[in-house]
Amino acid sequence: MTTFEKLRLDGVTRRFGGKDALSGLSLEIRKGEFIALLGPSGCGKSTALNCLAGLLPLSEGSIWQDDKRLDTLPPERRGFGMVFQSYALFPHLSVRKNVAFGLQMRRLPRTEVRRRTDEAIRLVRLEEHATKLPGQLSGGQQQRVAIARAVVLEPSLVLMDEPLSNLDAKLRLEMRTEIRRLHQSLGLTTVYVTHDQEEALSMADRLVVLRDGRVQQVGAPEELHTRPANRHVADFMGYRNLLPMRVVSASPAFVEVEGGGMTLRGTAIGELTAGDEAMAGVRPEDLRLGEGGVPATVEVVEYQGRELAVEARTEQGTMLHLRAAERPSPGDKISVVADPARVLVFPL
Amino acid sequence: MTALRHRLAERGVDRQLLLLVPGLLCVLTLFVYPFAYGVGLSFQPTHGGVLGAYKDFFTDAYQRDTIGTTLQLSLPAAFLNVAASVPIAYRMRGRFRGKRLLTTLLVVPITLGTVLTAEGLLNFLGPTGWLNRTLMSAGIIDAPVRLTNNYWGVFFSLVITGFPFAFLLILSYLSGIDPTLERAAATLGAGWWPRFHRITLPLLAPGLATTFCLTFVLAFSVFPSAILVGDPAGTTRVISIAAYHAAYESYDYPLASAIAVVMGVVELAVVAAVLGVRSLFYTGSTGGKG
Ligand SMILES: Nc1ncnc2c1ncn2[C@@H]1O[C@H](COP(=O)(O)OP(=O)(O)OP(=O)(O)O)[C@@H](O)[C@H]1O
Ligand SMILES: [Mg+2]
Repeated sequence: MTTFEKLRLDGVTRRFGGKDALSGLSLEIRKGEFIALLGPSGCGKSTALNCLAGLLPLSEGSIWQDDKRLDTLPPERRGFGMVFQSYALFPHLSVRKNVAFGLQMRRLPRTEVRRRTDEAIRLVRLEEHATKLPGQLSGGQQQRVAIARAVVLEPSLVLMDEPLSNLDAKLRLEMRTEIRRLHQSLGLTTVYVTHDQEEALSMADRLVVLRDGRVQQVGAPEELHTRPANRHVADFMGYRNLLPMRVVSASPAFVEVEGGGMTLRGTAIGELTAGDEAMAGVRPEDLRLGEGGVPATVEVVEYQGRELAVEARTEQGTMLHLRAAERPSPGDKISVVADPARVLVFPL
Repeated sequence: MTALRHRLAERGVDRQLLLLVPGLLCVLTLFVYPFAYGVGLSFQPTHGGVLGAYKDFFTDAYQRDTIGTTLQLSLPAAFLNVAASVPIAYRMRGRFRGKRLLTTLLVVPITLGTVLTAEGLLNFLGPTGWLNRTLMSAGIIDAPVRLTNNYWGVFFSLVITGFPFAFLLILSYLSGIDPTLERAAATLGAGWWPRFHRITLPLLAPGLATTFCLTFVLAFSVFPSAILVGDPAGTTRVISIAAYHAAYESYDYPLASAIAVVMGVVELAVVAAVLGVRSLFYTGSTGGKG
């Protein structure tokens, strides 16, 4: 097993027919980190992963493992494990042989292949299914085979491309924990691709948000959650209320914005001066029912377990998304207030 | 009443079955009836009892040996066609510039027909063909190499006409194999050879068996090229020539029918053997678009 201290991506760019699918991705991955690549469909996540794995040649840029240049090596010489979005299990080989494949490619002695294969199968709890063909397994089981096959080699880096996207909600939650557990117990370094912000926030040490092939923000989950760098990241991180506003006054501590019959105070993200067009972002959780706020009419109420998700329209016609503890009825007149500490104001 | 209909529908018996009627009628009148008639005819020879025609065929070495002659031509030809198609189709499975042109070139022989191919072979490989003249003027050989009007002429003709079929079939089988499987194998440390022979080849094997059967059957009934570029009285007296002689030169229809039946049985035996081997391989889904 080869290990590294640092994996460095330097301006990694990939074009398809003149169009950038990924442009200038620079990132340093430290040993043992769990990194999530996050972004909407088509933003270049799989492209980034395939470039790392060596399945796609780069158009520009380079990849370094400590002082060794990697991007010129074919995939079989990089020693990274990969879990494919479609699992890509070998349909003609049993679970055991699928898992053993990589070890056999390394020409390890037969007893060691057997021992490590058994261990990996036990790790993903598939002992009873070891002799089955992939076609005889459920989606979740196939997925665990794919993970076992990738980690059995104890690769220096594990790449996972939306491995949970085909699973049902319950299994997805279980597998999240499972993957995180494997990452920790095996001391892996993981790059995990997903378009599910919740999944990324709960699993990763660091998130990389992509949009149209460009990095929007890199940071710890809390950082992205509370301080998205721009309105696109905010949109993606669950700031469902993005309201076009005009800046009334700006001080280092607070900006005041108005528009659509509302006046809000919040924190400026970036340079803003009075008179600028801006976008105010608030999460539904940070809008409350309260005295003296923006008057609005309830339109839709959705039950979401502990809380209710409410959509209400202001007198000027702006739609607000908020949460409420008790059930208002559609048509009710309500008054909505925002916590100034939780309102972010982005330049356009 | 409805319960019965449900039970029948579960077994696939419903009104849609009526759609099969025209097809079945065609098969019955055009295939099953003449076939049964021929088989019946083969058991009604003018002499020697029910099996007289078969006895005639198998006791006469000149007739009997046509089976071996035909197998010696068709088995290697089918094998070569499949074996040559695999690497070419494997190289061509991705998308690249000029793929359509190359595929067209490889497939052109299908459209030529046997006679044109035979003529081309005579021109190219014949005693005064280009190849021999070139070799002789280059001083490599003194006398023309005989490549037509013998075994090799027929063999080349079978390869030329059979290859496009094999190639097209194998190309479509290959595109039915999910390309991510090989990529997965690559990330697991497999170079191109292990990727091919441990992943792609086993998944392709059932397709290869089917392709082999089809090209073999095509080659086994070789008739025009055995006459045109072969040695129809000797080394390439194939079984279809024997049947033709029996029917249209000796007017011995029972013997001709018996030879046709023997032909069918030999083909079936080879196909059954190949499919038997095929069943040893994985034959399920290969995950691709095919
Ligand atoms: N082989 C290809 N040829 C041309 N364009 C491609 C190819 N592969 C990807 N692209 C383009 O590159 C962009 C990024 O694709 P990519 O597969 O990386 O997206 P993604 O972020 O993984 O999306 P998803 O979440 O839907 O899987 C897309 O606009 C896509 O159309
Ligand atoms: Mg993708």
